[in-house]
Amino acid sequence: MAFKTIIEDGIDILVAGAGLGGTGAAFEARYWGKDKKIVIAEKANIDRSGAVAQGLYAINCYMGTRFGENNPEDHVRYARIDLMGMVREDLLFDMARHVDSTVHQFEEWGLPLMRNPKTGAYQREGRWQIMIHGESYKPIVAEAAKKSADKVFNRICVTHLLMDESKPNRVAGAVGFNVRTGNYHVFKSKAVIVAAGGASNIYKPRSVGEGAGRVWYAPWSSGSAYGLLIGAGAKMTQMENRIVLARFKDGYGPVGAYFLHLKTYTQNCNGEEYESNWWPQLQEMVGKEYLDPEASHRTHRPIPTCLRNHALINEVNAGRGPIHMITMEAFQDPHLEEIGWHNFLGMTVGQAVLWAATDVDPKNENPELTTSEPYVMGSHATGCGAWCSGPEDISPPEYFWGYNRMTTVEGLFGAGDAAGGTPHAFSSGSFTEGRLAAKAACKYIDDGKAEGIRVTDEQIERRRAEIYKPMEHYRVYRNEITAGSVNPNYINPRQGLDRLQKLMDEYCGGVTVSYMTNEKLLNIGLKKMKIFEEDLEKIAAENIHELLRAWELKHRHLTSEAVMQHTLFRKETRWPGYYYRGDVMKVDDENWHVLTVSRRDPETGEYTMEKAPCYHLVEA
Amino acid sequence: MPTFVYMTRCDGCGQCVDICPSDIMHMDSVVRRAYNIEPNMCWECYSCVKACPHNAIDVRGYADFAPLGHSVRVQRDEEKGVIAWRIIFRNGEKDMTLLAPITTKPWGQAIPQLADEAEPSQEMRDSQHLYNEPKYIRLDDGGLHTLESNGLKLKEGVYY
Repeated sequence: MAFKTIIEDGIDILVAGAGLGGTGAAFEARYWGKDKKIVIAEKANIDRSGAVAQGLYAINCYMGTRFGENNPEDHVRYARIDLMGMVREDLLFDMARHVDSTVHQFEEWGLPLMRNPKTGAYQREGRWQIMIHGESYKPIVAEAAKKSADKVFNRICVTHLLMDESKPNRVAGAVGFNVRTGNYHVFKSKAVIVAAGGASNIYKPRSVGEGAGRVWYAPWSSGSAYGLLIGAGAKMTQMENRIVLARFKDGYGPVGAYFLHLKTYTQNCNGEEYESNWWPQLQEMVGKEYLDPEASHRTHRPIPTCLRNHALINEVNAGRGPIHMITMEAFQDPHLEEIGWHNFLGMTVGQAVLWAATDVDPKNENPELTTSEPYVMGSHATGCGAWCSGPEDISPPEYFWGYNRMTTVEGLFGAGDAAGGTPHAFSSGSFTEGRLAAKAACKYIDDGKAEGIRVTDEQIERRRAEIYKPMEHYRVYRNEITAGSVNPNYINPRQGLDRLQKLMDEYCGGVTVSYMTNEKLLNIGLKKMKIFEEDLEKIAAENIHELLRAWELKHRHLTSEAVMQHTLFRKETRWPGYYYRGDVMKVDDENWHVLTVSRRDPETGEYTMEKAPCYHLVEA
Repeated sequence: MPTFVYMTRCDGCGQCVDICPSDIMHMDSVVRRAYNIEPNMCWECYSCVKACPHNAIDVRGYADFAPLGHSVRVQRDEEKGVIAWRIIFRNGEKDMTLLAPITTKPWGQAIPQLADEAEPSQEMRDSQHLYNEPKYIRLDDGGLHTLESNGLKLKEGVYY
């Protein structure tokens, strides 16, 4: 195949993935590294890429310290209780103390933030969320990144990280291909900031056929944040902490503004409040420290999101579905009705399409809610991702190895979905993490830590052969059959994705098993995952677009395997409502008040698992 | 589909192909017009709909749950900095127009060129500050939060 090899040499900082994390990294890197060569490699078009491509109607992480609203430690407490104790508090505190400056910048750049006319502060929809007109959120931050980078390579699917051959465990760049031209792109770089996306579509979605694209998280988020890092041998953490979302049925429309700002609430099919009925039983399972409704009522400490999911799931399984969002009261106010619709149009247009198609007017009819299939991500309300170093002025020794947000691979940094243990970052926090990683990456280079990097042609050629193998495989075996897609020698990417989703759904707690799994199921799942990996060597791509899907699938596979390994290792049900280990249903703080850390040997594919201490920065 | 392209309106300019985050808007090699090659990887994000200069792209709800006959149309005007939506229900009983701002500043002018900023001092480099901090945090005392300043200390174990 006559694809050109295009080498970009002498890069100081390569930003892989330019969603909110990557744009933040590119922007900040220019300030601390004025003389440095900063390059962005983005799978789509930076103007509309990542999870914020279609916009956001709220910035979900803003302290409001200048308005006397919250301090960083308040956010740490909140994220800690929401994730049942398991967060990297050093990283959270660090993100939270910088996130306000990020949001203030956004406003200066032209992002329309709503203000509370009475207080002058930003309009809150909840304690941590402020409301924006964010349809053009991504184009605005993309402009900042484009102004700062030396070069932006759009439509580059980064498949692998390059490793330094003069020093073990040091990164040296990345490789990928252009999804339009097919050309092979090599980026030789002193430092790499992975800011790619988390994983949608690793679990079977509730929708089928054409509707498979109607998922909660972007369908183009292919777990590359994890696939790239795992493939390079970086240590990962909290990969079992996948998230299940309670959302409007079939549309996956956001519910945060509805609950918090519009003051809607939920009921079961009998018109009853149902959540509190589940608390006594659930309290026996998780302990009073994580579920104390009286204390929550008194202190406004939130009940963890996963536990509210638990109530919804169990109420439906008890035969009292559907769960309705009571919108008919709030929507009698024309202003609130307009906000309700704008909430979708600014970030989940599909929900508006669905209600228009099904004649569901929330003013006259209470819409249904349901729980989504699981997702793996590190920037929303869960903390999957790489085991990263924290900042020097906060982190204990186990969390600190020199450079903020650097993974366990030297010169390799993570932001957004890629940084583990830092949930509740959302868009503003991801951008902030990118900024933090960029400053640290500049320091890493200035300290001379990236000197003498060597990448041989052998490594570059080996990756090239690997990348195009699916197209080669297709060419070799295509003519063994007459027509169609059934071939004894290969599967195509869609067939592979269907298999992965079925496997994860059935063995690792998807929707069809009500998020339930156990040790036996997970072991069977892992065995099937290994066989699937063998078949992935035989995946066939008919064209460059399918080659893109093939590599997305390979990243999803690496992500999924890590999720299974972590879920098997953590012998407890830490987050009922996100998943259940049927064989170990109780939260077991005595043995498992720890963070889980894994490493996949890039050569053998073998996993090693370990526990890491869960330090708390602040008193309750 | 969910997105689809009206044959008579598309002139094959390729702006939807350029912007689609999911790489599914492609050109048909025969009619030289755009189409959605992979509807089940479309998110209905409307990026292509907004980018199309001829209003040639529309969305119909996913076939596995959405009946036919509805409409959610959009006009995004960068010069005026506004976006306008029109939602028409399938039964025709609801027809809404909604307007929202997309930016408060002209494009391309409000974001600083960081390469033109003064070189950060060594003290800044050694600190925990990011660009333009602590000014952009806008605390009254101008300082960045640290564990000490906030009266915090590390503690290990379970407590709530």
